[in-house]
Amino acid sequence: MGGMMIPLTGNRVHAFSSLSGMDNTDKKVLADAALNAARSAGASYADVRIGRYLNQFVLTREDRVQNTVNTESYGVGIRVIADGTWGFSATNNVTTDGLVAAARQAVTIAKANAKINTEPVVLAPVEGYGEVSWKTPIEKNAFEVPIGEKVEFLLDVNNAAMQNGAQFANSRLFLVNEQKYFASTEGSYIDQDVHRIWPSFSATVVDRETGKFDSIQSLSAPVGMGYEYLDGDAGGKYNGIVTRYGSSYDMIEDATQLAQAGREKLAAKSVDPGQYDLVLDPSHLWLTIHESVGHPLELDRVLGYEANYAGTSFATLDKWESGDFQYGSDQVNLFADKVQPGSLGYVGYDDEGVKTKQWDLVKDGILVNYQATRDQVHMIDQNESHGCCYADSWNSVQFQRMPNVSLEPGPDPYSVDEMIKDVENGIYIVGDGSFSIDQQRYNFQFGGQLFYEIKNGEIAGMLRDVAYQANSQEFWNSCSKVCDESDYRLSGSFFDGKGQPSQSSAVSHGSSTTRFDGINVINTARNI
Amino acid sequence: MAILSKDEARDIMQKVVNMSGADFCEVNLSGSRGGNIRYARNTVTTSGEEQNTSLSVQSSFGSKTGTSSVNEFDDESLRAAVERSEELARLAPDNPEFMEPMGPQEYGESQTFYESTANIQPDQRAQMAYDSITPSSANDLVSAGFLEDEAGFEALMNNKDLFAYNQSTEVEFSVTIRTKDGTGSGWVSRDYNDVNNLDTGSASQIAIDKSIGSRDAVALEPGRYTVILEPHAVSGLLRYMLGAMNARTADEGRSFMSKVGGGTRVGEQMFDERVNLYSDPFDENVPVTPFTGSGMPLEKTTWIENGVVKNLAYSRYWAKENGVEPLPGPSNAIIPGGDKTTQQLIADTERGILVTRTWYIRMVDPQSQLLTGLTRDGTFYIENGRIKNAVRNFRFNESPVIMLNNLEELGRPMRTDGNMIPPMKIRDFTFSSLSDAV
Repeated sequence: MGGMMIPLTGNRVHAFSSLSGMDNTDKKVLADAALNAARSAGASYADVRIGRYLNQFVLTREDRVQNTVNTESYGVGIRVIADGTWGFSATNNVTTDGLVAAARQAVTIAKANAKINTEPVVLAPVEGYGEVSWKTPIEKNAFEVPIGEKVEFLLDVNNAAMQNGAQFANSRLFLVNEQKYFASTEGSYIDQDVHRIWPSFSATVVDRETGKFDSIQSLSAPVGMGYEYLDGDAGGKYNGIVTRYGSSYDMIEDATQLAQAGREKLAAKSVDPGQYDLVLDPSHLWLTIHESVGHPLELDRVLGYEANYAGTSFATLDKWESGDFQYGSDQVNLFADKVQPGSLGYVGYDDEGVKTKQWDLVKDGILVNYQATRDQVHMIDQNESHGCCYADSWNSVQFQRMPNVSLEPGPDPYSVDEMIKDVENGIYIVGDGSFSIDQQRYNFQFGGQLFYEIKNGEIAGMLRDVAYQANSQEFWNSCSKVCDESDYRLSGSFFDGKGQPSQSSAVSHGSSTTRFDGINVINTARNI
Repeated sequence: MAILSKDEARDIMQKVVNMSGADFCEVNLSGSRGGNIRYARNTVTTSGEEQNTSLSVQSSFGSKTGTSSVNEFDDESLRAAVERSEELARLAPDNPEFMEPMGPQEYGESQTFYESTANIQPDQRAQMAYDSITPSSANDLVSAGFLEDEAGFEALMNNKDLFAYNQSTEVEFSVTIRTKDGTGSGWVSRDYNDVNNLDTGSASQIAIDKSIGSRDAVALEPGRYTVILEPHAVSGLLRYMLGAMNARTADEGRSFMSKVGGGTRVGEQMFDERVNLYSDPFDENVPVTPFTGSGMPLEKTTWIENGVVKNLAYSRYWAKENGVEPLPGPSNAIIPGGDKTTQQLIADTERGILVTRTWYIRMVDPQSQLLTGLTRDGTFYIENGRIKNAVRNFRFNESPVIMLNNLEELGRPMRTDGNMIPPMKIRDFTFSSLSDAV
C-alpha cells in the first residue's frame, strides 16, 4: 500500500564527487611522491592505496522509509617495509604533502617496531603490471538508479510480506562501490572499480495469544553485481517447496513466500532432537562452508597470526604436509577463487597488486592448500601469492582475507528432488540462521530459516527450534552426495569480520544442494 | 585536523548549517587519531596510525529525510554533501516517524579524555608490546596480542541551536598466550580511558599463568554445572539482552520483554533479587560521551532493580506515541556486586567450573534470549575450593534470563569492555557439547 503512494521520479541523486574526481595521471603523481618519500626514508618496499569508498543504504519498515543514506570516504593508506618490518599510516589529507608525511610516518613506525621484530618480512615475488585497470562487469549501476524507485520497490516488498501474514516487515538495500588506485615499488599502478549489492528483508510473525514470534530472513544473496540482480528473471530461479535464487532475485516473490512460511513455522512441530540426515540448500550451506572450511584454511590463522582474536585452526601444517589428511569424504572438492563472475570476491587484483586466480583447497576429500598473501606464502614453501590481500578502507591496513571458497558440484546428474527422495529420516534446511564455531574451528552449531522434515523420501511438514552441532572434519566426512551443476548457486557474507582492528570483507560461497548423514540435531526451545 | 577543538568544530558545522536550505538540518562531526600495534609468534606483525575526520548531514523537508556523509572539508565538498542529503530528502516519502530536531540541551561533564592516551607515540606502543612479549618468551610460551589507542571528538549541531561537543580517549589491550605445543592457552584483556592505568606486563602474567595451568585438560561430560564466570565471560552473555531492552519491540510482541497477550514485562521480577543493573555516563570507572547521536542527554538510568525490570528504552517517536518521556538505551552497563574476588568465589565453591572467557556468542532464539557460544583460553574444574585441573572447552546453550535467575553469588565488579561487571557464580549452567579447541 505504502509503495503505491510514493511519487515516481526520474531524478538522479546528486552525483558523488567521485564522478568528477581526480584522474589516474594525477593519482600516479601523488603515489610516486609517496613511494619516493618512503624509499628516501629507508623503506625497502612501499605500496600506496588511494581510495574512494561509496555506500548507499535505503532502510524501510512496513509502509515507511526509515532513512536513505549516502556515505563517501576518501583517503590514502601507505604501507612500507623498513628494517624488515611492516609500518602503516593513513590520512584523509590527499595532497602531496599529506602523502609524503604519511609515508615518512609509516617508515618511522616500522623502524620503531623493528627493534622488537624477530621475523623479518619476506615477500613472494610479484610481477609489476604497469598501468592497468579492472571493473566489476555490471549491467546497471545501482548508484544511478533513482532513489524513489528503490524506495517504492522496498515498500512493495514490505507490503507483499504483510499481505501474506507478516505483522512487521523490514527491508534494506545496501550498495557498495570501491574506487581503488594501487601503486607499489614493484611497478604496478592498478585502478579498480568494484561494485556490490545486497537487498534483504525480514518478515516477523507474532501470535499475541501464545506470545510466540519469529522473524524469517530473506533468501537473497549479497552479490558482486549491479542493480540487474533485482530483475527477478525466471532463469535465475530454482523452484521447489520454496523458491530459491541464483543470478537473479525476485524480492517480492521471496517476501510473499517467506511471510507465508513464517506463519506456518510459528505453528510447526518442535523438532525431536537426535540424528538426522541433512539436506542443505546453498542458501544455508554457504555459511557452513564459510565457517568450517573458509576460516580454518586461512594461512594466517594456521600460523598463529590471528591467535588473539579469531583464533587458530585445526587444519595445522603437519596435517597438510602429510598429504593424506581427510578433510572430507571423497565427494568433497573445495576450491578458492577471486574470479567467479557475480561473486563478492571477484576482482582483477588483490590489495597488494597480485593478479587473482582459482586454486584447490580440498581435492577428493584431501587437504591440499591454504589461502595466503605475499608475506606468508613462503612459509608453506610456495613462491606465488594466492592474491588474498584486502583492506576494507583506505585507512585500514591490508591483510589476508578469505577469497570465495566453494564446493564443487557433483559430477553426475542428480537433482534436489532425487536427493530428498533418497533420504529416509532427515531435515531439509533452507536459508542461514544462527552460527557459532570455536576458535580452532572444530565444534560448530548452525540454525537456519526454514526446516522441512523428510520422512521416507517425502517432505512431511515444517519443523521449528532446529539447530545442528558437529565437528568440522566429521561433518565433511559425512558428506554423502552433492547435487549436480544445474543447482550450483552463490551466497555469501557482506560483512565478514576479522583482524585487530576489526575489518569487514565481502565473500561468496558457491555450492549445490548437499547431503550430510547422521548429524546431531538439538531442540532450541526454552521457557523463561 | 583529525581532532578539532570545540570552536573549530562549531565553525565548520555552522558553515554547513548555513549552507542548508532544508526545514531541518542536523550535522554530526567526528574525528579521531589512533594507533595500534599487533604481535603474534612473540614478534610484532602489523602496526599503524590513522587519522580521519568525517561529517554527516541530515536534511529534512517536512518529514522527508536524507543523510549524506563526507570526509573532505573544502567548501565545494561540504556544499555537495548538503545538496546530496537535500536531494535524498526531497525524493524520500514522508516518514510518519520523523521527529523534529531538538533545541538546545544541557549536558553534564564526563571525564572521558586523557592527554596521556592522546599522546601515545610509536615507541611507547612498541615498549608496551615488548613488556607483554618478554615474559611470554621467558616462559617458553607464544604470545599474540593487540594494543590500540584512540583520541577523538564527537560534535553535533542543528538549525534549532542545539550544540554538543565531547572529546574522549581510550586504550584497549588483549593478549592470548599459548604453550608451544598448543595444549594450553590463556588470555587477558584491559581497557581504560587513561593509559597510565595500563600495565601490559602484569596483565600478561595472568594469561601466562592460565596458559601453563590449562595444559592436560580433562574432558568432562556436557551437562549442567555450577560455574564461576569471570567478568569478561559475563559481559559477552549480557550484550544481546541489553540491546533488546527496548520498549517498542516489547510493545510489538516480538521481544523477550513482551508479555503474553500484550504489554511488556516492566515491573516484573524477571531475575534473582540480587541482580541490579544501571547505566551511568559519568561513572568514573567507565565514563562515556554524555549525549546520543541526535543530541539527547544521557543520564544515570536504572534498568533492573532487585531483579525487577524498571525501564525499557524509548525512542523519541515511540515515547511520543505512548505519552512517555524518551529514554536512550544503555550507554554502558554497571552491575553492582559484592566484595569477593574471583579467587574468593573459587575458595567458597565445593564443585564447579571456572570460565575465563566466552566466545563466538550468537543469538539462537530471541524469544527466550537463548544464546550459544563456547568457553575459551582457560576453563578449569574447581573442587573443594581449589582449582583441581583444566577441563576441555564446552559449547553452551544458555539464556542470560535463566542464568540471572540461577545466581549463587556476585563478586567484585571490574571494568571490562567499557562496563563494570562482577564475576558471577551460577548454578545449572547448560553446557551442550565438548569442543576440541584449545
